[in-house]
Amino acid sequence: MLFRKGAINRLNQAGLGLRFGAIAGLLFLHIPLLLIILYAFTTEDKSYQFPPPGYTLKWFEVVLNRQDIWDAVSLSMRVAITSTFFAIILGTLAAGALYKTSFFGKSSITILIILPIALPGIITGISLRSTFGVLGIPFSTWTIIIGHATFCMVVVYNNVVARLRRTSPNLIQASMDLGANNLQTFFYVILPNMGTAILAGGMLAFALSFDEVIVTTFTSGQQTTLPIWMFSELIRPRQRPITNVVAVFMMFITFIPIVFASYIASKTSESEGATK
Amino acid sequence: MNKLLDSFSNFTYRNKNFIFLSFLIVPLLWLGIIYLGSLLIFLGHSFFYLDGFTGQIVYEFSFKTLIELFSSPANIDILIRTVGLATCVTIGSAIIGFPIAYYMAKFTSPKVKIFLFIAIMLPLWSSYLVRVYSWKLILAKEGIINWFFEKLNLEWLLDTILSTPVIGGPSLSISYIGMFLVFTYIWLPFMILPIQASLERVPNSLINASHDLGANKRQTFYKVILPLALPGIIAGSIFTFSLTLGDYIIPYIIGTSKFFIGQAVYTHQGTAGNIPLAAAFSLVPIMVMVVYIYLAKKMGAFNAL
Repeated sequence: MLFRKGAINRLNQAGLGLRFGAIAGLLFLHIPLLLIILYAFTTEDKSYQFPPPGYTLKWFEVVLNRQDIWDAVSLSMRVAITSTFFAIILGTLAAGALYKTSFFGKSSITILIILPIALPGIITGISLRSTFGVLGIPFSTWTIIIGHATFCMVVVYNNVVARLRRTSPNLIQASMDLGANNLQTFFYVILPNMGTAILAGGMLAFALSFDEVIVTTFTSGQQTTLPIWMFSELIRPRQRPITNVVAVFMMFITFIPIVFASYIASKTSESEGATK
Repeated sequence: MNKLLDSFSNFTYRNKNFIFLSFLIVPLLWLGIIYLGSLLIFLGHSFFYLDGFTGQIVYEFSFKTLIELFSSPANIDILIRTVGLATCVTIGSAIIGFPIAYYMAKFTSPKVKIFLFIAIMLPLWSSYLVRVYSWKLILAKEGIINWFFEKLNLEWLLDTILSTPVIGGPSLSISYIGMFLVFTYIWLPFMILPIQASLERVPNSLINASHDLGANKRQTFYKVILPLALPGIIAGSIFTFSLTLGDYIIPYIIGTSKFFIGQAVYTHQGTAGNIPLAAAFSLVPIMVMVVYIYLAKKMGAFNAL
């Protein structure tokens, strides 16, 4: 008896080494994010000095008055919202078509949906760019949106497929048996069931689009989205304190949809939306 | 109107595949034409070549560009460098990620597990560029790492590490160590989650049995837990490896001036205008990934996802 107890204790408690490893790993994941927040308040504007010599809120004010940053934010917002809209339509349609049917070539289509996010962004970006070039399509907000919608589709698709698989097909049958037609079944039965999954997928798509830089580099021409503004500052830092503040802003604007999406997911007690 | 709708509904109810497949048309056209079309045209360029004198692309089927890719020492250097770094990053993230995954899977209450889960998802989903930027702050000469070593009077240690040939460099942000750290940091969550999922599936009774049969902790770990976690590690390595292969932002911002595949693609299609060579370079990560995923599938890595 005593022996058994000891054995269980030994199992249920992590060894010191393991605990240390786990904590160290978590610190490794989070200290950089905390530093980003810390640096937004530094008074130092010429270098990345640690610890910051002093703290100030003035850079937030400076950023609020910068028109170029507001323009970039507004472009990124417009792109993210429109791409999310397209991604929701395309991803939901694809999910509806693929979740239950089986036909020749289905797995190739599934791969095709995943491909834009699985392949390096630079390949997607250059491919789209050269096609736009060949077809003579000038760069515009729409060329950015086309690229974004293509790789955002998959997150909506994943969420909706996961939900559809868990939804009983009897519901649709019952609705039809009770005399509802396609449209009624869709609006009264399917959509309310899918709603939160589509919303969660859309949130993830928004975050993905708002943050994207690689494909955007190739499809934006001269336009500056917020990540592109950030990228150019990363290559040649000219306005460090402003970049620090923008970094905090970018971090939180992608946090919010993610937290919201996982909140929706946890409310429906599913862990969908968990995988990128 | 209603009647028409009803009879249409009856039709689609009887012919389920019809309506399912009609859903598919729009996404399929989008992906098939806009995406796949562009992709194949671009990659197809690797079978054309650039005329050395005119600087024009010659649209004639030839293996010239592919031969150039694999025969020029500079290009081979780029390929080896990138694959080498991707391998190091994969091993590094497996080592750093394993304890977290193991702890999460086997030693936590459900509440703590959810907390840890969010703690791992949050960095994964927060802005990629911002996370890269944070390392610029960290690795800077006046940054936190140098400050830390200074406070501990260990500057000599840092200097020794930096003066090591190959991995060292003039400063942390211009060295392979720096790149390795940033890549590992960025892709680490992709490694933790599949390992955690695979360990979650190891029944506790199995570990109990191993202990009962007289194995000590170390033996249990190496003979029972690690082999069962292997599919998870391989699944995670698909992400860390392929994402490192294709990235061009991190080598651009942090690291030496030596090229990686992503930068080579970028430069060749951009300033050099050598789209055939850029396409040929792009084929490498795709081919490596196809082989890698095939092997991983054989080893059962996808059951861990």
